[in-house]
Amino acid sequence: MAKKKILILILLLINIFGNCYSENKPYSKLENDISKNLRCLICQGQSIYDSNSEFALSMRVYIRDQIDSGYSESQIYNMLVKKYGQWIVYDPGYSKKTFLLWFIPLLFFLLGGAIIYLRIYKSRKL
Amino acid sequence: MIISNIGFSSLFLGLISSLVVFSCSVANVKKNSLSLSKIIYQFLTTQFFFVIIGFFILLYSFIISDFSNETVYNNSHSTKPIFYKITGLWGNHEGSLLLWLLVLTSFVLFFFIDSKNEPKKFRLYTIIFHQIIVIGFFIFILKTSNPFDTLYPIPQEGLGLNPILQDPALAIHPPILYVGYVGTSIIFASALGAMVTGYVNKFWAKNLKKWILISWTFLTGGILLGSIWAYYELGWGGFWFWDPVENISLMPWLSLTALLHCVSTLEKRDLLKNWSIILSIVTFMLSVTGTFLVRSGILNSVHTFANDPTRGIYILIFLFVLIFISFVIFFIFESKNLENKKEIFFLSKETSVLINNWFMMYFLSVVLIGTVYPIFLDVITSEKISVGPPFYNKLLIPFLIPFFLFMSVGPSMSWIKTNFRFKIAFIYYFLTTFTATILTIYYLSEKDLLLIILIFSLVFLFIKTVTNFFEKNTNYAQNLSHLGFAMLMLSILFNSISSTEIIKNIKVGESFNSKNERITFKKIITEEEKNYSSIIGFFEIKNDENKTIKLNPEIRIYNQPVIATSEAAIKTTFFKDRFITINLIKDEQLFNVRYQNKPFMIWIWISTMVIIFGGTIAIFSKKKNYI
Amino acid sequence: MEELLQFSAKKKITFSFLIFAFLIFCFLILNKALNEDKIYSPKLEKNKNSYLPDFNLPQLFSPDQVLLSEIVKQKDFSLVNIWASWCIPCREENDLLKSLSNINSLQNIGINYKDKKKNSIKFLQDYGNPFNHNLVDYNGTESINLGAYGVPETFLINKNRKILLKIIGPINNNHIKQITKIING
Repeated sequence: MAKKKILILILLLINIFGNCYSENKPYSKLENDISKNLRCLICQGQSIYDSNSEFALSMRVYIRDQIDSGYSESQIYNMLVKKYGQWIVYDPGYSKKTFLLWFIPLLFFLLGGAIIYLRIYKSRKL
Repeated sequence: MIISNIGFSSLFLGLISSLVVFSCSVANVKKNSLSLSKIIYQFLTTQFFFVIIGFFILLYSFIISDFSNETVYNNSHSTKPIFYKITGLWGNHEGSLLLWLLVLTSFVLFFFIDSKNEPKKFRLYTIIFHQIIVIGFFIFILKTSNPFDTLYPIPQEGLGLNPILQDPALAIHPPILYVGYVGTSIIFASALGAMVTGYVNKFWAKNLKKWILISWTFLTGGILLGSIWAYYELGWGGFWFWDPVENISLMPWLSLTALLHCVSTLEKRDLLKNWSIILSIVTFMLSVTGTFLVRSGILNSVHTFANDPTRGIYILIFLFVLIFISFVIFFIFESKNLENKKEIFFLSKETSVLINNWFMMYFLSVVLIGTVYPIFLDVITSEKISVGPPFYNKLLIPFLIPFFLFMSVGPSMSWIKTNFRFKIAFIYYFLTTFTATILTIYYLSEKDLLLIILIFSLVFLFIKTVTNFFEKNTNYAQNLSHLGFAMLMLSILFNSISSTEIIKNIKVGESFNSKNERITFKKIITEEEKNYSSIIGFFEIKNDENKTIKLNPEIRIYNQPVIATSEAAIKTTFFKDRFITINLIKDEQLFNVRYQNKPFMIWIWISTMVIIFGGTIAIFSKKKNYI
Repeated sequence: MEELLQFSAKKKITFSFLIFAFLIFCFLILNKALNEDKIYSPKLEKNKNSYLPDFNLPQLFSPDQVLLSEIVKQKDFSLVNIWASWCIPCREENDLLKSLSNINSLQNIGINYKDKKKNSIKFLQDYGNPFNHNLVDYNGTESINLGAYGVPETFLINKNRKILLKIIGPINNNHIKQITKIING
């Protein structure tokens, strides 16, 4: 019975927490999202969003300008990659160069699954 | 000047003692006496003692600001508060290596005392392998990073500590993290020792588990402190950015977690021998690799230490020597520890441990490849790419769904075989999860299908883990850590979905609206502190109900070295954090103001502490089944 | 998984050989990475992308806007220098820029980056004005458009705005030699 009470309690809790949030509908500004995905090239490992360097500040103005002139998120990334190279975007993208980057972890996953399956399957035949 | 010489000699004597321990242990292997030679114990103690002396001498030099010592000169300043003078010791490369060595030598001493009931040969070999690491680090510190280099003429003033390191969370972060990191060295040495002596069995597993739990708990704590520091100090409201240095602390954590689960299978069922050994070796290798990547300056990160290629090459060679030794030993002695060919049933705890390890290895490979791939690509093709959050999100989030589901049922499985019977309770679980998910989606107004499924699996994990506390044979320590993990994931998820922010350039006296709140910039004042001067902004936040919250973000301009940092003002409540930072805009009357609403922030810290609490209970628990 | 890890002697040797080769490979790569320059600068690709985009900017000493392609036509070569009065290395490179203004086929175009008009005019009075044209990039966006990092940064371009040389950071005597070499063919 205790378990049932706990389940009901959890539902109640979600309601309480939820009520505090329903008014705060999440919104995200495209400008911030883009600047989070761009590297501040003159800083050590910070994104444009995190940095307060002159470069980052100008870049944010630039991004806003581009959004205002109607460019899409991916168009803006492409423009910047053309100017500054692939280093500026945190998304490595899919290309010949990054094929292994995406493939190796997935290979690990498949291999691991196969090994475990074989181990259990084999042991059953013994 | 003299005192620095004493420090250096003390470290040198420490090296000699560790060489004595090493050679005595090697000689002792051949003898047939039952007990270990006393000399080993004595010199393990002296080795520890000499490192302690070195450590305290450096500490003393930092406290009295003895600028004849180069390390003190480079990283301290006489106007710094005493607390940061002390913590400045490990805020730099040389001092932190000394701390590293201190933990290393104390661990091997504890191991010696703690393992009295273990077989003699196993103890000896473990000490031999561990001494190789100790000697390696002694030589490293003496040759390339001596913390006792002296300067003449003696400078009047030091260069100061980087202000972003002057933070209480970061001050205690290195010691905690190092205990976790360095603790894996005992696991590594013990694995090799057990391998050589054919001692890979349940007794070894039981002994090892204690060390794994200690490392794991401290590592979790270290990562937590690092994130807290990033949140409070870096000033942009994030706590994890998939920065290479953050990844490096996460990698040993992932493999330690895998090992923790794996070793319980070894303990209970005498299974997975080779795999436990491999994981033990990999964990320590990841720690050393991490040290190499951070200290050599190969990585482009917020946390980079001083760059020095000679240090890099030393750790690199050392790392590969260790890998080579463990590799050779593994292949020679692998046949000494034959695997039991026991049956493993699909519905059993063994299977759930295997599945845990499977996912942990996958997560590890994502983080590892994501961290080192850019380095390899740069060398081979001289193309620079960045691997950041989008990569990790794409490869991790979809896989979290099955992981959460497996994790929710895994702990309920029994060893050997689980008799599955349909219970009416399953329907309750499902219905509750379903309702809870719908409610959550409704409140968050989330429309992304992947996220909805993720929320569903996560809520299921949470509910299942909570109700596990009311089952008969629950292991509380383990369940507590699992609960902490579920809470952590929930709070991170909700935090990332529903954080909001607004960035404005305003003058003093102006105000702006953020949804139902009105933020007013009242005034600024300037203050002079001992080691910085600050500009403090006074903000008032009024909500619908006319409640007022006052926040005072700061801009600090440190004097030594001259760096401006922005100190966030954070108002933490049970439900959300209000986070505000200000920045100067050059040549203008305007201030750049960032106001963020970050729900569930405090729950991220609380749930990680719950995980740590679970680990701590397990360490001190007398009960044998920690897992 | 341990079954797959228990090998016959022959397999064991091949396997260890493979792992060993892989380890050596990793070692060599990391060793090379250690000695590489960590400061990032994009390579100028020889054929593509090496044209400065055209832009319209206001001038420092007159209210009219000018088009880059218009000014560039006036001389065979143009040196586009991004500078600011608050940038300390810019003061040091000012003399070198002046020395370049003696070359007949070259003109200096200064782009004043994120600066106050008063300060920048004072800078040019104090240190001398090496520029034939003074343009203003008030919020720094045009510099981003040019693919620049900040101040100082210099591009050597020809009449068609083709980038012949890109210098990130202050110019030094070596760069001057390179520039004169390119101009003299």
